[in-house]
Amino acid sequence: MNRWLLCMGALLLSFSAALLAQQVTYDGHEFDNEQQRRTYEALIKELRCPKCQNQNIADSNAPLAEDMRERAYQMVMAGQSKQQVIDYMVARYGNFAHYKPPFNAFTAVLWLAPLVIALAGIIIALRLSRKRSQPVALSDEEQRELAQLKERSKHD
Amino acid sequence: MSETQNKRRWWVLFAPLVVFAGLVVFLLKGLGSDPTRLESVLIDQPVPKFEAVDLFNTDKVYSEEVLKQGPLLMNVWATWCPTCRAEHEFLNQLSAQGIPIVGLNYKDDSRAKAIDWLNTLGDPYTVNLYDPEGNVAFEFGVYGAPETYFIDANGTIRYRHVGDVNERNWNNKLQQIYQQLQQEAAQ
Repeated sequence: MNRWLLCMGALLLSFSAALLAQQVTYDGHEFDNEQQRRTYEALIKELRCPKCQNQNIADSNAPLAEDMRERAYQMVMAGQSKQQVIDYMVARYGNFAHYKPPFNAFTAVLWLAPLVIALAGIIIALRLSRKRSQPVALSDEEQRELAQLKERSKHD
Repeated sequence: MSETQNKRRWWVLFAPLVVFAGLVVFLLKGLGSDPTRLESVLIDQPVPKFEAVDLFNTDKVYSEEVLKQGPLLMNVWATWCPTCRAEHEFLNQLSAQGIPIVGLNYKDDSRAKAIDWLNTLGDPYTVNLYDPEGNVAFEFGVYGAPETYFIDANGTIRYRHVGDVNERNWNNKLQQIYQQLQQEAAQ
């Protein structure tokens, strides 16, 4: 009985020790806690490899992507926030290196074009449907012509 | 049918054509541009701070001050880079003309290989920076080799050329940029 209790106690102790340490491994890197790992994961999915055509640094094997992952890891471990890492990368590689470009005069078209096109489409669709539902009005001349046609068909 | 209505009909008829023409111009422009060429964000910025050792003598440490004695070129190269080999002879020629070029050896396989390359192919560089981890290059936003930076007398980056420097693009464009920096320095 005593031995059994001791065993359970040891097991419990090791479990709680593991929980306390909370060391997480991801992408071959060790993190102090889950929050750091999540920040790192979000960063490597959001940062874009400048050497590649449309790939984030998580998916790319390019040496530059490796360097950027390493830099992001070091900065996260040094306590930098996600935004600080992004700013750091953008300062060196430009907005190209971030999949969510900021809204400014240069990128306004990028952000607004879909909205403008959708709005234009809705307006055109509304106008067309309204036009179709309007009853067709005949001009005086057309009315006369219609009367004539009716008259003629009666005689035939 | 009234005059204004008529006008509007023409407008509606030709609107798609106008939109189409606009798209053609936009897309043709995209077709001609090279997607692997990126604008450097460091243009008109001062050279970033860094520390790098000399390729030949690792006890000798340089800082960004070495790039403030321009106008000069900074060429990013490595022995694993075939295009660097292609441009090397032309860099030798530029150096012989008295154009100062600082070399940044970028993530090379080994220091010995890089030294051997310069000893056999000639050394066009006034200063040889050794950057095995690519830390200096990272500060410049280097994304490949070769890259050549044009730095003015104040230590401001004025232009970045991606790819090899050769007689054709030097005569067509790059020489003009360098001469512009020289003229500014003379004033």
